[in-house]
Amino acid sequence: MNTPLDNIRTVFPNADVWTQRQGLYHMSIPKEQLVALVTHLKEVEGYLHLVQLTAVDWIEKNLFQLTYILNNPIKKIDVMVKTFIPRDNPTMETIHHLWEQAATYQRELREMFGINFPGSPRVDKPFILEGWDDIPPYRRDFDTKKYAEETYFPRPGRETNDPKEYMKKKLYPDEI
Amino acid sequence: MKFKDIFKIKEDRSLYPPLNSEGKIDVDLSSHKYVKLWHGPQHPGITGNMSLELTLLGDEIMDCETHVGYLHRGFEKLMERRKWIQCFPIVCRITVPEPDYNEYCFAAGVEELAGIEIPETAKWLRTLTLEMARLQSYLMWIGGQAGSLGMGIVGQWSNYCRDLVLDRFEELTGGRIYHMYIIPGGVRGLLPDGFEKRMEETLKTIEEFMVDIDKVMFNNAVFKKRTVGMGYIDPKWIYQFGITGPNARAAGIPDDIRKKYPYLKYPELDFEPIVGKDSDIYTRADVRRRDLLLSVDLIRQILAKMPKDGDFKAPTPNVLHWQIPAGETFIRSECTRGEFAYYIVSDGSEYPRRINVRGPSYTHAVALLEKMIINTNLADVAGLMTSLHTYPPEIER
Repeated sequence: MNTPLDNIRTVFPNADVWTQRQGLYHMSIPKEQLVALVTHLKEVEGYLHLVQLTAVDWIEKNLFQLTYILNNPIKKIDVMVKTFIPRDNPTMETIHHLWEQAATYQRELREMFGINFPGSPRVDKPFILEGWDDIPPYRRDFDTKKYAEETYFPRPGRETNDPKEYMKKKLYPDEI
Repeated sequence: MKFKDIFKIKEDRSLYPPLNSEGKIDVDLSSHKYVKLWHGPQHPGITGNMSLELTLLGDEIMDCETHVGYLHRGFEKLMERRKWIQCFPIVCRITVPEPDYNEYCFAAGVEELAGIEIPETAKWLRTLTLEMARLQSYLMWIGGQAGSLGMGIVGQWSNYCRDLVLDRFEELTGGRIYHMYIIPGGVRGLLPDGFEKRMEETLKTIEEFMVDIDKVMFNNAVFKKRTVGMGYIDPKWIYQFGITGPNARAAGIPDDIRKKYPYLKYPELDFEPIVGKDSDIYTRADVRRRDLLLSVDLIRQILAKMPKDGDFKAPTPNVLHWQIPAGETFIRSECTRGEFAYYIVSDGSEYPRRINVRGPSYTHAVALLEKMIINTNLADVAGLMTSLHTYPPEIER
C-alpha cells in the first residue's frame, strides 16, 4: 500500500513503517538514527509540530520505549516515531534544538523515568518533584502502594475496600 | 499624544544589562541591582498552583523560571495500577475546570483499541457536553482575564453565568465540576425532561451578559491601553514552541481541531474557526470571546439536530475482566486552551500500560511564557499569564 511515508523507507532503510488508521502512522527506528529521522521529518517532510514526547517502561524486556508524536499540519498526518533504549543507564540524544518545548519534556523524562538527555537545558534541575531521593517514580519497579504506606498514614475510622472485591459485590453479585 | 507614540518601543537598550553568549543576563544579586520575586503560588494573579521566579531590574522582568509541582497527584502512575474502568473516574480530575476533554480522549482511545462503535445518540451527547464544557471554561477565563487587569465586576458576572451552565451539567450528569459522564462505550444517560428549554434560557442570559461584558471590558479604554500590542506571539513561534488553540488562532493560524481533524458530530455542525491577526493580549481575548459565542451557537445547533432518545451506550464486557487488546493509540480534541491529547498504550492486560496526557498548558506556561515575559512590566505579568489561559494541573498531572 502506498502511504505518504513511502519515501522514508528509501531514505531510512532501517525504519519500520506501518499504518494504524488514516492519518496515523507508526515508525520504529534504532536509537542512533532517531534524531536524524526526526530532523528529516521536520525539515524535509513538513512535520513541524511536536505534539508529545514520552516514554513507556517495558520492564520485562529491560527496555524503555521513547515515543515522539509529530504532526504535519498541511497534510494532516500524525506519526509516532518510536525507539527502544536499554533500561540500565538510559541515555538519549536531545532534540531541544528542533523544538523549544522539547526541553521541558526531556526534563520531565529525566525526573520521572531517569532517562538522561545530555545537553538539554536545565535537564538535571527538579521539575515536579523537589527533594526526591527514591528511584524515578514512573518506572514500573517503583511500588506506589508501598511508598504510600510508608509515607502517609490512614485516617482513624476510615473504611477501606478492596476495589476488585467491592466492584464484584456491587456490579456482579451472581458471579462466583 | 499620538497613538504610535504611546506604543513606541524604546530602542535604546543602553540602560539595560548586556546579554551573555547564551542570550541571558548574568544576575549578581549582591550588586543590589536586581530583585528576585516569587510570583505565586499564593498570588491572586497566578492561574492556579504554580509560581514564577522573576528576576527584576526596577519593575522590568529580566529573567523568569516557571515552577510547577504544587499539585502533582501522579495520575499517569495511578492509572497503571488500576483496571481500565477504574481509570474512568480518575481522568476527569486531571484538568479541574474542563474535565470533559479528558473523559472524551480516554473513552475514545479505549474504544479505538477495543474496537467499540458507539451509538449515534451518544456521539451527539458527547459533542453537547464538550461544547458546554468549553462555554463554562471560557466564562471562568473571562473573569480571570478581567480580574488580572483590575476589573473585578466582570468576574462576578461571568461566574454567575458559569454557575448556570454548571446547573445544566448537574441536571445532565449529576455533577457540577467533575461529570464522569463520557464512559468508554458511550455516555451515562439521556437528556432530562425540559433540558432544552432551560438550556435556551441559560444561553439567552449568557448572551445578555456578554453584551455588557463587551461594553465594560472589550470597549474599556484602560483594558485596551494595557492589552493592545502587549504580549505579542510571533507567528513564527507557533510550531517552534508548540502553540495551539486560541493562542495560535489569534496569530492568524486557522488551526481548530474541531474543523481540521473532525471528531464526533462536528462535521455535521455549521461553523468556521475563529481567527484573529494581531496576536496580542487583546486579540487573544477577543478570539476567546467570539469562540464563546460560537459555543453558544453550536449548543443550539446540537440541541436542534440531535435525536432525543435511542441507545446511548454500546454493550461492554464485564468490567472486572475487561482486557483491552495490545496496541497504542493517540486521540486529540480541541479544548479551550488548545490541543488536548491522550497517548494510550495497552499490553493486552486488564490494566493500562501507560497513559500520557498532553495538555496545551505544558508548552504555553513553561517554554513560551518564559520567553514572552522578558522585558515586560511586573504589573502586566498577571494579565499576560492569564492571556495564555494556562492550567497547572495539566502540566504536572
